[in-house]
Parts: sequence; C-alpha cells; structure tokens
Amino acid sequence: MEPLDNNRDLPLLRASQTTKYYGARIGCKDVSFEVYPGEVLAIVGESGSGKSTLLNCLSTRLAPTTGTVEYRGRDGVMRNLYEMSEAERRTLMRTDWGYVHQHPSDGLRMSVSAGANVGERLMAVGNRHYANIRSTATDWLERVEIDCDRIDDQPRAFSGGMRQRLQIARNLVTAPRLVFMDEPTGGLDVSVQARLLDLLRSLVADLGLAVIIVTHDLAVARLLSHRTLVMRHGNVIEHGLTDQVLDDPQQSYTQLLVSSILQP
Amino acid sequence: MSTSPKNTQSFNEHYNFAYLDEQTKRMIRRAILKGIAIPGYQVPFASREMPMPYGWGTGGVQLTAAVIGDKDILKVIDQGSDDTTNAVALRDFFKQTTGVSTTTSTKEATLIQTRHRIPEAPLNGDQVLIYQVPIPEPLRFLEPRETETRKMHALEEYGLMHVKLYEDIAHFGHISTTYAYPVMVNSRYVMDPSPIPKFDNPKMHQMPALQLFGAGREKRIYAIPPYTDVVSLDFEDHPFTPQEFSEPCALCAAENVYLDEVILDDKGSRMFVCSDSDYCEGRRAQGHKGHMAADPVHSNELSEA
Repeated sequence: MEPLDNNRDLPLLRASQTTKYYGARIGCKDVSFEVYPGEVLAIVGESGSGKSTLLNCLSTRLAPTTGTVEYRGRDGVMRNLYEMSEAERRTLMRTDWGYVHQHPSDGLRMSVSAGANVGERLMAVGNRHYANIRSTATDWLERVEIDCDRIDDQPRAFSGGMRQRLQIARNLVTAPRLVFMDEPTGGLDVSVQARLLDLLRSLVADLGLAVIIVTHDLAVARLLSHRTLVMRHGNVIEHGLTDQVLDDPQQSYTQLLVSSILQP
Repeated sequence: MSTSPKNTQSFNEHYNFAYLDEQTKRMIRRAILKGIAIPGYQVPFASREMPMPYGWGTGGVQLTAAVIGDKDILKVIDQGSDDTTNAVALRDFFKQTTGVSTTTSTKEATLIQTRHRIPEAPLNGDQVLIYQVPIPEPLRFLEPRETETRKMHALEEYGLMHVKLYEDIAHFGHISTTYAYPVMVNSRYVMDPSPIPKFDNPKMHQMPALQLFGAGREKRIYAIPPYTDVVSLDFEDHPFTPQEFSEPCALCAAENVYLDEVILDDKGSRMFVCSDSDYCEGRRAQGHKGHMAADPVHSNELSEA
C-alpha cells in the first residue's frame, strides 16, 4: 500500500520540458515539475490555458510532442511513460493510478451497479471471489458516504454528488499511489462541493495519496493542495507553495486571478 | 435420414458448388486456418451477401460452404431439432447447391451446422461442428467500442467479463446467464460460445471434433481446434453450474440431457422433451419409453419413420 520508505523522498512523477502542440497552436509548453509521494499539486488557470492538455500528457492519455514524463513504479525504478508498452501503461492506469473525470459519466459504467463499478478494478487485477469483492465495495461505499443499500443501484439513479463520490471510490479501491483529477467539483452545487472537498481532503491524508488536480477554482486549490502551478497560454507562469502563490502572487496574471475571487 | 436427389442441374448451370465462388471459399478457408491457429480469436473476414437474411445463419452457411466436399454428409440443427424451419431450409439449400447427402443422424454426419445446441451424442475427430453466431464479441454489451474490445482481447484485460457475472449475482443471487455463457479458450481468449445453453458448455471442453464459429453480419470467424481446453468463467464462491432438470424426457426417459418445455394446453399442463430430436428418436428406437410416450401422435410418427 504505502510506497517503500526509501522511495518517500524521491519524486513519484517527473515532467521534463513537456510540450504539446496542436499543429501550430500550443497546448502546453516546456512544463517541468516533480510530484512527491503524498503530495497534492494543483494546476490552476483560466479555460484554454492548457491545464487539461497537461493533465492528459501526464496521465498517458495524450502523447506530448516533445519532452518526457517519468513515473517511479513500485519497484522504485523511474521510467519514461511513453517508452513503456501499452499493456504496462494500461496496467498502471487501473492499479497504481486513478483518474477522476469532471463528468462522472465519463469515468463510471453507467449501466452496471455501484458495487460492480467499485469492484471492476478488483476483478481486473484478478480477484475472483464474489463475497470479498462485494465486502470491499461495501467498505468503499461507506468511506465515500454512500448508503450500503444503494450498492445494487445503477449510477443513473444517483445524484451528481453521489456519482462523483462513487467515481472516487472506484478509483481508490486498488490503493493507487497517484490520482489525477480533472475539475472534480465542477458542476456540483456549493454545499455538495464543500462536502466532496472535505471527503477528498481526508481520503488523501489518510491514504497518503499523491494527487494532481486540475481546477479553475482557486478555493479548491487552497483547500486541497500543497503546491500550485499557475498556467496561462500553455505556459507555467508561477509555481510554488499554494499559500505563497495565493497570498502573495508575483505575476500580474495571478494577481488578477486571485483578486477575481468573489468575497461573500 | 433422407438422401438428396443427384439432379442438381438447374443450380449447377448458374451457381458454383456450394453457392460461393472458389476465391471466396479460399478467403474463408484462410480465415478458418487462422482461427484454428489462434483458438478463440475472432478473425475478421469479408462476409458475403447470402441468399437469406442476416440472422438466419449466414455466418454458419458461409463456413459450411467453404469446407463442404461432395463426400460429406451434412446435418443441420436448429435449437436441437432437425425439422424446424431454419434446419429444413438450410439443409435444402446445400442439397440443391452441392448435391451432397444429408442426414439427421448425429453419428452419420461428417459436417454438422448448428444453431443454439450441441448434439447430445458425443462427436468424434472426423466430424466438424459449425455454429451460427449472432454476436461474436462477448464484451460487446459492456464495452460498445470495437477498438476498445480488440485492445482488451489483445492485452488479456478480461476483468470486465466478470463485472457482468458480478451483476448477475448481485441482482439474482446466482449467475443467471443461461446461454451464450462466456468461456476461456486455451487459457487465452475469452469467447462467446454463441447462444447455446450453458448446459452445453462442458461439451466444448476437450471435444475431439473441430468447432468453427461464423458470424455473417458481424464478419467474424473463430474456432476451437480438437482437444482444446474450454473453461466457463465463474467466481470462486459461485462456481459454474450447468442447468439441471427435475424430470427425465417425457418421450424417451433420458436424463442429463437438455430438455425443452412444451405447453400442451391452456390449463397449465406441459411436458419436457429432449431438445435434441435425433437423440430422442434414437433412444425411442432402442425401446426407451418416457411417461408420455404412448401419445398416439408420436407413435404414428415413429411407425412412419
């Protein structure tokens, strides 16, 4: 479950000069950073700033034009993700990693029950004992505050907030070490957002997860993340501890972003 | 058993032997060979328009047309029976286009085209069993993207198949899939055995006969070579179990065979009879008698035969 102690001080994921061009247009350019085990990194910026492109490049969903993305496996070896075979990448995706989509319907199987949604990863890694799969699924539903009697309901019958929590449970069931999140609180109303953030924060802390979270909502970054990258026009314009970036923004664009938060 | 008339002149003037042209048969045979070389793998092939609608067995017909020779003895089964529409029509089609002998006897046949059943009598190494397949992809209803299912087969990512079985147990307390029950072939490919009842699944395991599967609309051929492992998927705590019947066949008293329920009237009376009509007739000819075998309609039939 926990990464080996001697790996705790070494970066889990490293992006070096990661660049993605869409033809002549820039998706993201020369992005370099490291994520350490248990660390939450927020990528913030306005719509079209390259946040999602970067996340896709990091999570092997989109090959970068140039630059590398490396990941340290459980064996402690750092490997270039795009030099791994597709089979290895897919195995990584469903065991060591999680990916929480903005829209739960992209990340869930809407036509199978909540229990099967949570159990799918277990079955994918070879678990063939029904009762064990079901009890693990029940545990996870409890952890994300979904009533156990909803285990056989399809996610279609769930509210938006429940679906998002189910998606999180589905990703965390194999005890991943790194979770990618793309606007996980987008489209939820404010009170549901607050509960979800609270839940995420405690899960991340309990499990010692590393998280890379993309958001345009600075409050999310403030609540969850240790460090923040600010992106604009595909470039990282500011990078530092979240409190530092948000309390004392250096770049004029970041200052604008911070000052644009509505104060109730 | 009926023997075909040798007079197939009118067809021979217009059509090649077994309807398809020789190049098409070669193409299908190449797909068959590839399928045999990779047990359970779905080989795409250029399925032809046949003179019958999709869903009537165009895949099986093309396989049969590709492998049939003039010495073959053909049997066609539809739901276990030799005398239902599909079986009669397809048997007649090959009689007219090839002039080969046909039979209803499982033992005598060298080539058996089937829909929805495997004969009860064990098959031998000189026989070929050809299945008509509606939907060859076992993962289809869980994963609609063909690109994705192909990748899953290539990388042996079969967790999803168990999601379906999980759903069965979650909703019904047991694996409620009764036909087209997914199997693992040769410890490598998960395969849809076509809509045969799961009762027939164990017969596929280590079968001496070659098994070929053809899906005409979906343009796929796959195969199980003789003596290949075929294992039905299940959970450790919910093992695979074939259907069981509480009573024997009402006509021939056979046990451990697959039975069809026949409704007799609107008062709720019913009988269970062998779905494999040839097997049932054979047993009755040997003198086995079920509790409803004295039915005069059936005794007439028997005396005629």
